Amino acid sequence: MSLQKPLMRGLLAKRLRFHLSIAFSISIAAAIAFKYTVTEPRKQAYADFYKQYDAVKEFKAMREAGIFESVRPSGE
Amino acid sequence: MLATRALSLIGKRAISTSVCVRGGHGVAKVEDYTLPAYFDRRENPLPDICYVQDLSADQKSLKEKEKGSWAALSNEEKIALYRISFKQSFAEMNQGSSEWKSVVGGIFFFVGFTGLVVLWQRKYVYGPVPHTFDPEYKEKELQRMLDMRINPVEGFSAKWDYENKQWKK
Repeated sequence: MSLQKPLMRGLLAKRLRFHLSIAFSISIAAAIAFKYTVTEPRKQAYADFYKQYDAVKEFKAMREAGIFESVRPSGE
Repeated sequence: MLATRALSLIGKRAISTSVCVRGGHGVAKVEDYTLPAYFDRRENPLPDICYVQDLSADQKSLKEKEKGSWAALSNEEKIALYRISFKQSFAEMNQGSSEWKSVVGGIFFFVGFTGLVVLWQRKYVYGPVPHTFDPEYKEKELQRMLDMRINPVEGFSAKWDYENKQWKK
């Protein structure tokens, strides 16, 4: 019944090395994936929207719809 | 108490029928739960007392043999000594069971039952919803949201085609 002496030292260090490397790589991968699937398209969407945005035209349309309290539609 | 404390320093056994002399007035019975107990716990590997308190004749002779050289003990004797001191080995105490299946089943059952209770409540306890849930009112809300250009870049109004007055395809 002579078993090999089990590992007595460095257990936490070994576990930390293993799990920390996995944790860091997954977190960094998640951050990179989020950047290129969410934030970059969002920035592009906003840029495109404001390229063709006419603020005065939008304001007039909103005024006619009657949502403002300070400026009523031109008919009244 | 002093007598039991002194005795527990020498031996590893719990004194189960010890006598507490209190101030000359008589004896107080020592309750079981106040004495050191045996339990198999992974985080507490060496319990306070041995598992087997009352040794048989064989076990007593084995304990005498233990006082000599341990190399002289056979493997079966070493296992027998282990089983005197401990009830379950670490492998035995750590093994999983199928209890989780019953637990999950019970969870689902009670969640389902709660669903039935909620349905009954909705029908028999709660009153009618406010008028703001009427379809006509909801249409007016929707039109107002589009007029206000809610989320025009990526969200709500971005999906509405203002030229043709319909949702974008």
